[in-house]
Amino acid sequence: MAYDKFNKIISSAVPLQIENVDTDQIIPARFLKAVERKGFGDNLFRDWRYEKNGSAKEGFPLNNKNYSGKILVGAKNFGSGSSREHAAWAIYDYGFRVVVSSFFADIFKGNALNNGLLPVVVTPDFLQKIFDAIETDANAIFEVDLEKQKFTISSTGESIDFEINPYKKHCLQNGLDDIDYLVDLKNEIAAFEVA
Amino acid sequence: MTAKTLFDKIWDAHVVKQVEDGPNVLYIDRHFIHEVTSPVAFLGLKNRGLPVFRPDKTTATPDHNVPTINQHLSVKDELSRHQLEMLKTNCTEHGIVHHDLGSEGHGIVHIIGPEMGLTQPGMDIVCGDSHTSTHGAFGAIAFGIGTSEVEMVLASQCIMQPKPKKMKITVNGKIGKGVSAKDIALYIISKISASGGTGYFIEYAGSAITGLSMEGRMTLCNLSIESGARGGMIAPDETTFEYIKGREFAPKGADWDKALATWKELKTDSDAVFDTELTYDAADIEPMITYGTNPGMGIGVSQNIPTTEGMGGSDKTTFEKSLQYMGFAAGDSIKGKTVDYVFLGSCTNGRIEDFREFAAFVKGKEKAPNITAWLVPGSKQVENQIREEGLIPILEEAGFELRQPGCSACLAMNDDKIPTGKYSVSTSNRNFEGRQGPGARTLLASPLTAAAAAVTGVISDPREMM
Ligand code: SF4
Repeated sequence: MAYDKFNKIISSAVPLQIENVDTDQIIPARFLKAVERKGFGDNLFRDWRYEKNGSAKEGFPLNNKNYSGKILVGAKNFGSGSSREHAAWAIYDYGFRVVVSSFFADIFKGNALNNGLLPVVVTPDFLQKIFDAIETDANAIFEVDLEKQKFTISSTGESIDFEINPYKKHCLQNGLDDIDYLVDLKNEIAAFEVA
Repeated sequence: MTAKTLFDKIWDAHVVKQVEDGPNVLYIDRHFIHEVTSPVAFLGLKNRGLPVFRPDKTTATPDHNVPTINQHLSVKDELSRHQLEMLKTNCTEHGIVHHDLGSEGHGIVHIIGPEMGLTQPGMDIVCGDSHTSTHGAFGAIAFGIGTSEVEMVLASQCIMQPKPKKMKITVNGKIGKGVSAKDIALYIISKISASGGTGYFIEYAGSAITGLSMEGRMTLCNLSIESGARGGMIAPDETTFEYIKGREFAPKGADWDKALATWKELKTDSDAVFDTELTYDAADIEPMITYGTNPGMGIGVSQNIPTTEGMGGSDKTTFEKSLQYMGFAAGDSIKGKTVDYVFLGSCTNGRIEDFREFAAFVKGKEKAPNITAWLVPGSKQVENQIREEGLIPILEEAGFELRQPGCSACLAMNDDKIPTGKYSVSTSNRNFEGRQGPGARTLLASPLTAAAAAVTGVISDPREMM
């Protein structure tokens, strides 16, 4: 699946200060019946976002008109549970390009990276600073510089370096995915099989 | 030569290439697919104009979405039916073996693999489902992958993975009466938390572990993912070989002898180093039950729900949010809480031993009137065996009926949904908010503890009734 090349993102952010957000919350199982990768953003956080009758739940950050932007700021242990890649698709499809947390579950992190969504790990202290910045100003701007691997809170100028595997960085910057890479490797794979 | 762990040995033997500054290209021996996480992968292949590279290494079955009654009828839900049809079409088109609904090989992916002898020591196995960790019970590296990776395996029989860290968890001693593999698993997760295993691959060892049957080992490895670990494994031994021997896809004759010789070598070198080692005593483990909304929130069934004492900041908020969802108060006794539903099944506890235990417990007792019970075998073969062993009349006499195989209320993608606000004692693996249906309240437990709740109508200690 091709996705947009990732370079630098300067945007406001949506805060989701809930710990242990599992992929069942990100996209509940009953919305996994599609056979195409389309429209998952509509059901992102479905049961937290909407009442049973479909009306928006007041108080849920995604329903708060003050918040917007391409960055989702989560709390500790984001993306645990089911391996469903639909969780990453839903977040991307909704319009986010970056998810920030102090701790991500492994499979979610891998899925995000495979889909042009950048997971940024920051320290718990820095995470709190991000939440504070949004609380002070809902339109607070953040800068995510993939090349420099730097996340900056524009209003205070405070920044933090984040890690990313150099190969994954290259893929994100160029909108490439692992399948392109593996298909090119077919001869080596076939040789491995007989070895 | 440096000492290696079992995990290292199997992993290293599957590395086709190490990408500079990047992940390993890992060759995959066995790939399982189901209807939910595969259609987009097949679509991806089609869009790129790629064939399936090694169709004989992938096995398919529909499980997540299937109804568990009247499976001979056409599936009512249109979207579900479409997914099932897509799986069939994709498999036919690409020459992949497909165990369709109603066929003798049908069942939950993680149950049919071992059952058919497709799961073997030393392999690496993946599936677009996090509980692929189940297969680690055979001394295999097995883990869940996302749909992009399913596409990678279909396209190249490889995926790209960074090598995880290694953790060893030893449980010494003998587990007590009424305590099972499920309790060991819930106990470990309650100790290390639902994220304590993140970044790791676990090897389980110790006499309490080697004393488990293959089915118990599968239950334990299945739940590895609930601590955040990629997977869990147990070194193969006589119990393992005994289980595999004679199964449909197990090596036969001279091939068996050869395989056996290799499998016997599969263990961690005595001086190999793990990144983390933990040790527990089996005597400390009692029947466990969860009270909250992640699998790490578990206690012994005789204990009280923890209080917020000593809990600070965000931990306290998370804990309180969880209890509020569950409708429980901190410090309350869990025993005696009213239950509405009991679910026996899933890839965690949907095998024959689970049904034997449940049946033996309820034999001569009666289902409590307030309980709705769903007994869902993990596969057609398990269903057949339940019948052949004469468990049906025992269950029926006690007021229980058997449904047909599938994932069912484990994730409630089909009609088996626990209604909002109702309490379900479930042998499955996840107690997340809404996992068993919007608003459902799940308490994870072993088949025995589930059986005890089913006959008393409240949370009960099975040991008091055995
Ligand atoms: S039984 Fe539950 S955990 Fe197992 S494969 Fe099915 S949905 Fe996943």
